[in-house]
Amino acid sequence: MEILARTVQATRSYGPVIALDGVSLDVPAGQLLGLLGPNGAGKTTLLQLFAGLRRPTSGTVELFGGDPRDAARRRRLGCTPQETGLPPTLRVHEIVEFVAGHFDHPVPTGELLEQFGLTGLERRQSGGLSGGQKRRLAVAVAFAGRPDLVLLDEPTTGLDVEARHALWDAVRRYHQEGGTVVLTSHYLEEVEALAERVVVIDQGRVRADGTIAEVRSLVPARRVGLRAPDLPDLAGVERSSREGERYELWTADSDSLVRQLVTTGIPFHDLEVATASLEEAFLALTSQSNQTVASVVQEMV
Amino acid sequence: MSTMNDLRLTGLHARYQFTETIRVPIAVIGTMLFPSLSLLFFVVPQSFAKDAGPATTATAQLAVFAVMSVCLFTYGVGVAEDRALPWDAYTRTLPVGPSPRLIGRLINGLAFIVLGLVPLVLIAWLLTAATLPPSRLGLTAAALVAAEVPLFASGISIGYSLSTKAALAVAQSLLLPLAFAGGLFLPPETFPGWLNLISRWLPTRAGRDLVVTATTGVALPGTTLLVLGGWTLLTGSLALWAYRRDEGRRFR
Repeated sequence: MEILARTVQATRSYGPVIALDGVSLDVPAGQLLGLLGPNGAGKTTLLQLFAGLRRPTSGTVELFGGDPRDAARRRRLGCTPQETGLPPTLRVHEIVEFVAGHFDHPVPTGELLEQFGLTGLERRQSGGLSGGQKRRLAVAVAFAGRPDLVLLDEPTTGLDVEARHALWDAVRRYHQEGGTVVLTSHYLEEVEALAERVVVIDQGRVRADGTIAEVRSLVPARRVGLRAPDLPDLAGVERSSREGERYELWTADSDSLVRQLVTTGIPFHDLEVATASLEEAFLALTSQSNQTVASVVQEMV
Repeated sequence: MSTMNDLRLTGLHARYQFTETIRVPIAVIGTMLFPSLSLLFFVVPQSFAKDAGPATTATAQLAVFAVMSVCLFTYGVGVAEDRALPWDAYTRTLPVGPSPRLIGRLINGLAFIVLGLVPLVLIAWLLTAATLPPSRLGLTAAALVAAEVPLFASGISIGYSLSTKAALAVAQSLLLPLAFAGGLFLPPETFPGWLNLISRWLPTRAGRDLVVTATTGVALPGTTLLVLGGWTLLTGSLALWAYRRDEGRRFR
């Protein structure tokens, strides 16, 4: 399968801060890849390397088989401006036409605006759009040049639920037509809804890489929550946490755990059984390093 | 990338930069009016304004000053401001190399220089004895462009290597000394010997001499073209280097 973008042992530091630490990642054609990580984990730096905005301190970055800082390599790439950084005095159609002017076979302006629910706003200056409209326009321009690979950095931050779902549909449609997407998001729900492959990054390193199911399976499959004054040791509990009387137990087999609870005769209530979500896997994967950070900070104090 | 495509992209960037700048006219009006007002207040009331030679020289000097302030402010400060915005980083992800973006900026600046020269030339024409025969028009335009290039490159170097605040400070502290020592306010004939010596090596002086020669026909000092060419090469390489190493605004 064709690899559209790749890093090999890419490290990027800003002065003493290491944002990316030896990351090797392939992005094959047709994949919808979600990048997950806490703030400052290095996700944005990784996208900036792929887009040719930054150079790696060491290691290599490839885009369509070449250096992304070479303009010709970016002809099949679509990006979105960070935040809502559109030139406020330019009109909506001017912004779209400016971006489209860089590509050989751009999507017609009217069609693109319709796909992103911006019809009728062509003549508005972008500074006069609502936050959600700006966000949608920023994402729309990523698709203006009919790219083969789209990098979306926090595409739906600040959007309401309806607008977010509309945007997801647009991303899915693009992917179904063969497009490749690398997406970062604060919303695990978003990655769960869209991505086929999840890469968890923390402190500049790849912590997990696999399908949603694979990453989820890195933590026990079921979470059992309950209130009880005190719990004895129970078989099959792989991880647990306690806050006052509130217990959270992670296990591969919730049925046998519940049976044990009943037979021990402990007075428990508010029983909940849930499938461990991607969010829980994510927290488990990144909490270890956070504790390290916390202890380092404590030592410094 | 083909030359045709680069040419098309240059036009695209020039057009959009012009549209963006013209929509906030106040930002350019000051830069455009200052040289005209200087002519009106400091040259028109003087007795030499009735004398074709000195009046034309004074106008030529202020024209170079107009060019310089556009270069230092629209390029130097303007680029530094743009770089702090996410949109600038975004345009760097588009399939376009440095040349179309930089040449687009150059054209945009030239357009505003022309706009700034219109009131200056009108005032000189109506209120002073300054003359410019049609036969010298083309030569004068060429001289102004040649004078602009090193100033443009200086502006770009400042814009791509400094933050907005630093760029503003540097542009302001360069503007008046370079203008004064380059003979843009007072003709170099009035300079003491040591100042004239330094002046000869400045890009503003070389630009001024070239434009004065183009408008009045006085002999060009032998060093002018050499000095101008040297500065063009130096500032040009500096600008290209600053552009290449730039990765948008840096936060530490």
